[in-house]
Amino acid sequence: MNVNVNQSGSLAVRVEQDVVLARQQARKIASEQGMRLVDLTKLVTAVSELARNTVVYGGGGDMDWQVIEQSGRIGLRMLFRDEGPGIADTRLALTDGWTSGSGLGLGLTGARRLVDEFDLDTAPGQGTRITITRWI
Amino acid sequence: MERIPILQMGEFLLVTIQVDMHDQLALNLQEDLTDRISRTSARGVLIDISALDMVDSFIGRMIASISGLSRIMDAETMVVGMQPAVAITLVELGLTLPGVSTALNVERGMQVLRKRVAGR
Ligand SMILES: Nc1ncnc2c1ncn2[C@@H]1O[C@H](COP(=O)(O)OP(=O)(O)OP(=O)(O)O)[C@@H](O)[C@H]1O
Ligand SMILES: [Mg+2]
Repeated sequence: MNVNVNQSGSLAVRVEQDVVLARQQARKIASEQGMRLVDLTKLVTAVSELARNTVVYGGGGDMDWQVIEQSGRIGLRMLFRDEGPGIADTRLALTDGWTSGSGLGLGLTGARRLVDEFDLDTAPGQGTRITITRWI
Repeated sequence: MERIPILQMGEFLLVTIQVDMHDQLALNLQEDLTDRISRTSARGVLIDISALDMVDSFIGRMIASISGLSRIMDAETMVVGMQPAVAITLVELGLTLPGVSTALNVERGMQVLRKRVAGR
């Protein structure tokens, strides 16, 4: 299936304040595209969780965003990428309540529930790349 | 350091969150609130989040922990004004905020707080 990229950009996600900037950026793009408030809130919350993980566990990275079009549908796609330690056990990391730190272990699983598509690409020593898509 | 103001109204403390909080700001608020409860012997805390257009796991955890801490310090916490879209998202995220009392708006929250404090 052909995917057109209508708009794209990138944002550094290195420090805590960048988490705020990442969710503000997501909100801006989503509202420009006319996303409904509930969907927009879900997307922004997922962005917040993933951006925080990028800072806290990934040692900082970037958020690449795209406004995409596929079969007449518009969607927002975000890639969170870092060159951190990666995740050894992705099944465990995608379990509700599992954390290696002091969190609630809800970030990854919660983010996955809040979007339409979720893809995790990681390996120990290989960094982490998480792609999420929310259709409008 | 940037901080969220805490207002005192009689035996209650009122916090209105109006900014998109970064994590440290949320942690500061938790610290400031527990400090104020102990210094003023406040009986109740009202946290107005009607201006918050997102609550993620970090902010949710901060709200739950303020609620728990204040209870230990003999004060009741009410979270008021949560936007419907935020509530829907929180549930889907998996955060149900057990033990956190909520009300529709500041007025109602205040009513409940007064009743609870009077009943003790
Ligand atoms: N970018 C990343 N790089 C390395 N490890 C990660 C990354 N993102 C998540 N993890 C690992 O996956 C675990 C689960 O992440 P998740 O966001 O679900 O929970 P948490 O961050 O520990 O807690 P919460 O998000 O609820 O505050 C983390 O504890 C961490 O070990
Ligand atoms: Mg997390």
